[in-house]
Amino acid sequence: MSFWKRFATNRGAVIGLIILLAVVTIAILAPVIYPGGPWKMVQRPFLVPFTNEALPLGTDTLGRNVAAGLVHGARVSLLVGLVSTVMALLIGVPLGALAGFYGGYVDEGAMRFTEFFQTIPNFALAIVLVAILQPTLGSITLAIAIVSWPPVARLVRAEVMSLKRREFVEAAHLAGLSNIRILVSEVLPNAVSPIIVMASLMVATAILLESSLSFLGLGDPNIMSWGYMIGAARTVIRSAWWLSFFPGLAILLTVLALNLIGEGLNDAFNPHLKKGRT
Amino acid sequence: MSDPILSIEQLTIDLPAGADRPHAVEEVSFDLNKGEVLCVVGESGSGKSMTANALMGLLPDGVTVGNGRAVFDGTDVLTLSEVQKQALRGARIGMIFQEPMTALNPLMRIGDQISEVFAAHNLYSKSERRARALALVKEVGLPDPEKIIRAYPFQLSGGQRQRAMIAMALALEPEILIADEPTTALDVTTQAQILRLILALRDKHGMAVMFITHDFGVVAEIADRVIVMRHGRIVEAGVAKRVLEAPQHEYTRALLDAIPTGTVPDLATVNTAPALEIQHLNKIYRTGGGPFRAAREVRAVNDVSLTIAKGEVLGLVGESGSGKSTLGRAVVRLVTPDSGKVLIGGVDLAALDERELRKQRHRVQMVFQDPYASLNPRHRIVRSLSDGPIAKGVPKRQAHKRALELLEIVGLGADAATRFPHEFSGGQRQRIGIARALAMDPELIIADEAVSALDVSIQAQVLELLADLRRKMGLSILFITHDLRVAAQVCDRIAVMQHGRLVEVGPVREVFHAPKEAYTRELLAAVPGAGWAVDKEDAIA
Repeated sequence: MSFWKRFATNRGAVIGLIILLAVVTIAILAPVIYPGGPWKMVQRPFLVPFTNEALPLGTDTLGRNVAAGLVHGARVSLLVGLVSTVMALLIGVPLGALAGFYGGYVDEGAMRFTEFFQTIPNFALAIVLVAILQPTLGSITLAIAIVSWPPVARLVRAEVMSLKRREFVEAAHLAGLSNIRILVSEVLPNAVSPIIVMASLMVATAILLESSLSFLGLGDPNIMSWGYMIGAARTVIRSAWWLSFFPGLAILLTVLALNLIGEGLNDAFNPHLKKGRT
Repeated sequence: MSDPILSIEQLTIDLPAGADRPHAVEEVSFDLNKGEVLCVVGESGSGKSMTANALMGLLPDGVTVGNGRAVFDGTDVLTLSEVQKQALRGARIGMIFQEPMTALNPLMRIGDQISEVFAAHNLYSKSERRARALALVKEVGLPDPEKIIRAYPFQLSGGQRQRAMIAMALALEPEILIADEPTTALDVTTQAQILRLILALRDKHGMAVMFITHDFGVVAEIADRVIVMRHGRIVEAGVAKRVLEAPQHEYTRALLDAIPTGTVPDLATVNTAPALEIQHLNKIYRTGGGPFRAAREVRAVNDVSLTIAKGEVLGLVGESGSGKSTLGRAVVRLVTPDSGKVLIGGVDLAALDERELRKQRHRVQMVFQDPYASLNPRHRIVRSLSDGPIAKGVPKRQAHKRALELLEIVGLGADAATRFPHEFSGGQRQRIGIARALAMDPELIIADEAVSALDVSIQAQVLELLADLRRKMGLSILFITHDLRVAAQVCDRIAVMQHGRLVEVGPVREVFHAPKEAYTRELLAAVPGAGWAVDKEDAIA
């Protein structure tokens, strides 16, 4: 059965994929849908949603279009999620691979270094990093990447440790290939599936982290993001519910979609685990 | 004919849609008589285990009984409810499995596991259960029963675990014992002991034994009657002696012919120039230990010296843990020996540093045991075959051309090159493994249990290929195996290892017909169906 077919047998994953594709499309088309950007004041403040056809989701405390904020915020959320995950993979995969492949002192060193990051609560470390580095989009992304790579390193290390004892790896040693070449071309390609699954879930976590930081006011003040919208609306949560409800819904849907996709990828990569479950 | 205790009529087991065939077992009928040993023989995928699992109600999900009856004591066991089946299992039909380590609960003491069988059927008081467990442990011949019932599975050897499994299966004196390849994972000497135990228990309790195996040697050893299965159908059934000596069906004949017999080939003219010289090789494994505790030492290879002449095939035999694999891996430097020399073409592989070693690696290559783990699942065959030569400095185009030639030579055809490993069967993958070893133009090939994971008929083909290649290319091979019959077939000389030491080395004929050492004699005597194979050989001669 092809990979896509196996993925498609998980209905949740397909729904997740559809939602994610919709969010991505909206994010890409944001400048076309709302060319004026999210910061422009378009109407009186606190316009209730579904009362004005041009502004379906109403306006915020300063009369800015909530729908435009959501659409432009999608760009930021997805970008931060994606870039920080790629950065985390760039740190975690090589470190974990070296630790698992060489073992001994390399492993000890790499794992103690990893544990150093794991002993500090993720969110606290992210806050400190953003506070030190000044809140810009770049520093937020970097902070998220720095707090989220340790699990990647651990996963890759475990995979590599089990793969390096396989006979085909021994055969590659006998063929006289160099260690680095064996690691890159024989071992790592076989560890890709669990990494992809983990990455899809990490994007979701990164979006949540970015939202949390923005909510606390540690977001980039020049960029409209979902977390910032919720944070700004928290003082008026009782009188203007829609200001925090719609961005919250957007975060929920996107994160849910990514989790569903991760689950589906997991099933598709490991078909034997699915047996007996319907 | 005595009265059948179990009769299976027209049993058909359906596989889920999308499997390679619609039925795992098709219209199988046979009787199992009281007190007899019925061997069900077949290669992997023949449906022999499925039949047993259906009787026990242990079919995997998605696999269902399509048709047929299995009448045991007047009732059809296939139609019983789950609760009724539970009462039957253990109490009246016992079962033992292939891998005793995974069949036993690793966190439970042996005694408790046996007692649990009684508890599951609400029998006896706690102290009685314990007493009976002890009696059972004694009966299956486990040493020091008082100690064994308090031991955990990991503290026992493979043979002891299988004895414990048998004790559990016998706990409630079942009328039928189903044994699913119970000796496949064991060494020959242990296997012989377990087979004797099963026969003795059969005689004592008068139970019927349904013994599933792929090994005709085992059949010759214990069977009263034999059923041969292929692709889910019975192709031949009959009294053991008749099936073994005068097989009717061509498949049975093919299977019997494929078995490596004790027939010893004539000595090849031995070249005196050595391909491999091992001098005083030592390898000690140390586990555990710390500042206050001495490490546990295992002398895997203990002062072994050995030579293999150019063009010679040397068989290295021994039981698991004898150090034969470690020796093979030390020769290719997958394991670095503690001391000693490994001279190949005048170069001491054991002494080279990593960089130098990489340049000399091509001199000795290895064919691995597990055809499913020895090829990178993400690489096309051509890449698996040419990566090594390219790293050695052969131009890419030439390496690819050579890969295609080699695939032809091992009988796969050049179109195999662009495919992935999962598209090939176990036997084909082993051919690819051989081609990969040949691609490096090695001076010596190590075959580490290279045919042990294959069915007999495939095994015969791969051995044929090796013999053929050897004739054509004059290969020198160190052939590591636990199977003496295979060793006898392909090797010029045999080296026997025990506890890391070389016990005996000599030409095949000498080692087999006039073994010098007691341990060699013991090994030879333990080969299942040894007497039968000799008869067969005499018949041919």
